[in-house]
Amino acid sequence: MAEAKTTAPAQTNPAAEPPVLEVTDLKKHFPVQSGVLRRTIGHVYAVDGVTFSVGRGETLGLVGESGCGKSTVGRTAMRLLEPTAGSIKLSGVDVTHLSKEELRPYRRQMQIIFQDPFSSLNPRMTAGEIVKEPLYIHNIGDNASRQEMTKALFDRVGLRQAQMNNYPHQFSGGQRQRIGIARALALNPHLIVGDEPVSALDVSIQAQVINLMMDLQEEMEVAYLFIAHDLAVVEHISDYVAVMYLGRIVEYADKKTLFRNPLHPYTEALLSAAPIPDPTIRREKKILQGDVPSPVNPPKGCHFNTRCPYAEERCFVEAPILKDKGDGHTVACHLR
Amino acid sequence: MTKIVNHSVELAKAGAGVESRLGKAWFMARTYPLGAIGLLLFLGLVFCGLFADLLAPMDPVTTSAASSLAAPGGIHALGADMMGRDMLSRIIHGARISLAVGVGSTIIGCFFGVILGLASGYLLGWFDLITQRFIDIMQALPLLVMALVMAAALGPSLENTVIAISIPLIPHVARVIRSNTLSLREMPFVEAAKAIGMSESRIALKHVLPNTLAPLIVLATAQLGSAILTEASLSFLGLGIPEPHPSWGRMLSESAAEYVRAAPWLVIFPGIAISLAVFGANLLGDAVRDILDPRQRS
Repeated sequence: MAEAKTTAPAQTNPAAEPPVLEVTDLKKHFPVQSGVLRRTIGHVYAVDGVTFSVGRGETLGLVGESGCGKSTVGRTAMRLLEPTAGSIKLSGVDVTHLSKEELRPYRRQMQIIFQDPFSSLNPRMTAGEIVKEPLYIHNIGDNASRQEMTKALFDRVGLRQAQMNNYPHQFSGGQRQRIGIARALALNPHLIVGDEPVSALDVSIQAQVINLMMDLQEEMEVAYLFIAHDLAVVEHISDYVAVMYLGRIVEYADKKTLFRNPLHPYTEALLSAAPIPDPTIRREKKILQGDVPSPVNPPKGCHFNTRCPYAEERCFVEAPILKDKGDGHTVACHLR
Repeated sequence: MTKIVNHSVELAKAGAGVESRLGKAWFMARTYPLGAIGLLLFLGLVFCGLFADLLAPMDPVTTSAASSLAAPGGIHALGADMMGRDMLSRIIHGARISLAVGVGSTIIGCFFGVILGLASGYLLGWFDLITQRFIDIMQALPLLVMALVMAAALGPSLENTVIAISIPLIPHVARVIRSNTLSLREMPFVEAAKAIGMSESRIALKHVLPNTLAPLIVLATAQLGSAILTEASLSFLGLGIPEPHPSWGRMLSESAAEYVRAAPWLVIFPGIAISLAVFGANLLGDAVRDILDPRQRS
């Protein structure tokens, strides 16, 4: 479906429209404080130099295991967290240092869908009020037209209009996620950050929500930054995939290339851990030893060197940078 | 121990009669019978307070040597006190003072407590630090000492009593609201509101405050009762409502000291009045908390 749209990355072609979201060398370090004087004794290097861009109507899947900083990337790109360094451009406009007031109009361009459908909706507001609120905040339409827009949004995400007066606890998990999607769509954004939007749902419901998101993308040309750890889901929805490990992107490619020809040892291990729904296929399992190192004290050199089966001397000294292996397939590994 | 009631289902069962306002009221009363009792008791208190002049059979401050310590019955339905003042009339007029003290101090205390707690928990940083130390100081001040100072400086009066009673409530409310705010401000729905571009003050008032309502109502109704009792002890020490205004608390405490054996009705009737008012406020508060929570309303 979206393959046709995904040609060369926009930043290499100055004539094309700027990407919806362009993040350059983004860093987010959380201070670790201790003692009565709250002295900073170290930093959590949650996101440590991440660069990517998402074009109009495209989906970038961001995968990695728990704690690798993928959610922090989403939240920092949304300016829900203040970036430590780097820049964030929305459709070519640098929003990294805008104040809250200056940022407000740009909020219309980017919205977010959360993982937990239970805590992401205010329990004391009706579903209709929740979806209508963004319209009210941005002074879109009058009361009557807002009501009509809300009804249309309910139709669009597959909820009944009669459910507008219900409270969140009266909906199932999948329906609540649809309310969250309707709220994100209300402002007609160019970009929606999905922070593991389906990982809290039943598998059968996951498929419905994913398909809804893909239908909406086709209809409205919205771009997704889709954060997930479920590779099957990412393979289904993404055009491009970025693999994160300990605050850095280790591999980036279009979906087909990445899943057929993973280059980074971590991506290899990640893909071999995902089951193939065909019992006749046997393949070599690459099981990683040990745990992810602490992001407070990441290893020197390549962050993956503590668990990499191929690690050499230089992997412990020098941090690899992303190198293009052709067709925009980039990988951060000395050996590949 | 709260019952989960599905109103729409119950309403449908009850039939067409519930469409009228009276039908709805009757339906609510059956759903929350204790709340209805609480509401009746509270409305009774309000009614006595508003129409005390019409309801009371005698003047509450007129003394009469002839009926000093008269037993209940005859012209004094609930007896008379040492000065021969009619107890029934004094209790009816006392409702006005109890109501003013209870409602007044609760509103003042909750208002300032909510503002401090919400701002402190939402803004954090140096504002939180200073506010919390200020609240520590407020909590360390004993109520009686503060009331004593206020009475000495400003003279005993109804307004000063209300203010003196409301001040110790502020730190309680502020602490409860702050701790609730601390957990609510990290909720994804607050983050979603930020992503929409909502201002911080609107998030605090629209998304955080309504979700702290349940503990606030519990605190407020408990305070309604205890304010009436606190007024009693203040009045006993001469720091509360000055004579000759009838205050349930002072009627109870004065008589308890001197006449409890000779004229027990002087203690029993104000005691019953205080108990009913406190009990009614607590029942009403529990019901209001349940009704305001959409999760219990379905």
